[in-house]
Amino acid sequence: MLGRVVYLDNAAATRLDERVLEAVRPYFFDTYAVATSEFGYSQGIEAREALDGAREAIASALGAAPEEFIFTSGSTESSNIALKGVALALDKKKDKHIIVSKIEDFPVLHSSQALEKQGFQVTYLDVDGDGFVDLDKLRDSMTNETILVSIQHANQEIGTIQDIEGIGHICREKGVLFHTDATHTFPWVPLDVKRIPVDLVTVSAHTIHGPKGIGGLYIRQGTQIAKWVDGGFQEFNLRAGLENIAGAVGFAKAVELITPEETKRLQEMRDRLIDRILAEIPNSTLNGHRWRRLPQNANITFHFVEGESMTLHLDMRGFAVSTGSACFSRSLEGSHVIFGIGGDHERTHGSIRFTFGRYNTMEDVDAVVQALAEIVKELRSISPLGKNREKEEG
Amino acid sequence: MRFPYSETVLEHFRHPRNVGKIENPDGKATEGSPACGDMVAVYIKVDPKTNTIADIKFESYGCASNIATGSIITELAKGKTLDEAKNISWKEASEALGGLPKLKVHCSVLAVEGLRSAIQNYEERHGLVKEQKPTTVEVVRQRLKKVINPLTGLNVVRTNLVKDIEIKDGTVRVLVDVPQDHQFAHAIKEDITERIEPLWDVKKLVVEFTE
Repeated sequence: MLGRVVYLDNAAATRLDERVLEAVRPYFFDTYAVATSEFGYSQGIEAREALDGAREAIASALGAAPEEFIFTSGSTESSNIALKGVALALDKKKDKHIIVSKIEDFPVLHSSQALEKQGFQVTYLDVDGDGFVDLDKLRDSMTNETILVSIQHANQEIGTIQDIEGIGHICREKGVLFHTDATHTFPWVPLDVKRIPVDLVTVSAHTIHGPKGIGGLYIRQGTQIAKWVDGGFQEFNLRAGLENIAGAVGFAKAVELITPEETKRLQEMRDRLIDRILAEIPNSTLNGHRWRRLPQNANITFHFVEGESMTLHLDMRGFAVSTGSACFSRSLEGSHVIFGIGGDHERTHGSIRFTFGRYNTMEDVDAVVQALAEIVKELRSISPLGKNREKEEG
Repeated sequence: MRFPYSETVLEHFRHPRNVGKIENPDGKATEGSPACGDMVAVYIKVDPKTNTIADIKFESYGCASNIATGSIITELAKGKTLDEAKNISWKEASEALGGLPKLKVHCSVLAVEGLRSAIQNYEERHGLVKEQKPTTVEVVRQRLKKVINPLTGLNVVRTNLVKDIEIKDGTVRVLVDVPQDHQFAHAIKEDITERIEPLWDVKKLVVEFTE
């Protein structure tokens, strides 16, 4: 034990960076006015400039023009706007078919289910054992009625990074809009909309040491999309609501602070964790692809033991992680992602996700591996499963 | 740190009592499966002179409440007569643990069931039970009382979620009063399957949900 909390759930939420806090402070106490037009009053004009500046910075990190980027309350809302906004705009012209992958995060998956209730047809594409969408299957599942494909950039649980360039080209070829949820990749894994044929991109600040409650959606110029949140004329009349200027400024600052060196550092922690666990803890299986995965994500199943027991033991020792176990979830259902890559109940319940962030160190990696080795051994000793394992464990 | 469990639960979770396997047990049972998220195995040694549980051990693949209940149930049962042990209720186990979260009731019921099944297994092996009875609506209803609605922590019969039970030619049909897309619909269905499918004369189980 390190005598401090080792937080390894950075895919769920991150600690705010102090530099972000400093950047947003003036927008709570000094420039707290609504963003006015350039003919408003001074504080409102300053607020407008701050909002425009933040928009420009984030859009440019995506290779986009500022007018192609709207702020939202986070990735859930962004994906809702992308799917429902496109559906609403296009359902009269075509016969409504949407394609998503089976392992999308809930905003895309549940928006699709909501649209199904409205009469849309949805194809939930299978993925292979590593979590990849098969491009031929994608092409085959497209019909003349297909209006939108939504396939994530990288998976929230197992970290697998999709070939969004390949997917984008197929969509372009067929004249179908393409949305990707880049919540876990932006801006760690480059995504340049000038090079990649993608029409809508969901991003968020909560995964990158920025504030919670601010995210955004890239919408390629000319994309047909209906207004989903009604009210005022904010965000190019696409998303109403008083602008969250402090949030926008914080998001831009958080993006600015991410460097290739940091991505490399996260990747080193990830690799050490994976290598050590697979070498030192028998009967452990990596979920997701070994290399084509998020730099900050590792997801491993420890066979014959259940995830909630592991996370509770880890918590007692000061480590915060999450699990795909049904016992841990609000719906008492095991992870749809691990099932999606062909895992059975046992592989799902015994899976642990580790996600690194700016405040983790190599010392954390070694400490959590040490703790896990002990916990897994102890829980296996009381488990009725996998009784032939003694041989391997010696 | 803040944990959702009582101190007693955590204590039993950290240091479970009577863990392991008894070689050549007089009675044993496994309840649950990885599919339902938890699994517990109970082994007993019976003293035939006094008809009491001379030794008891358990193994658990499950969450904290499953492990803790397995542990407490072995403590409660040790030294008791078979009839006394059979009557240990989930409520007694839960109270001895200082309470369990509603959401976790179904995981802990398994351990109580495991003890009863191990005793039943002993009785069957020693010719102490009667013939197998055919499955009736009442038998199904009794079994469904073990299926817990995670929202309330109460069983689905008591909370009127079971709207209808029908048995015809070995097919059991259960109508559950939750929408198909309810947060817990899938979990409830799996739990019902666990309870009803093993009945000796049930060929098929159909779980239906209301709209």
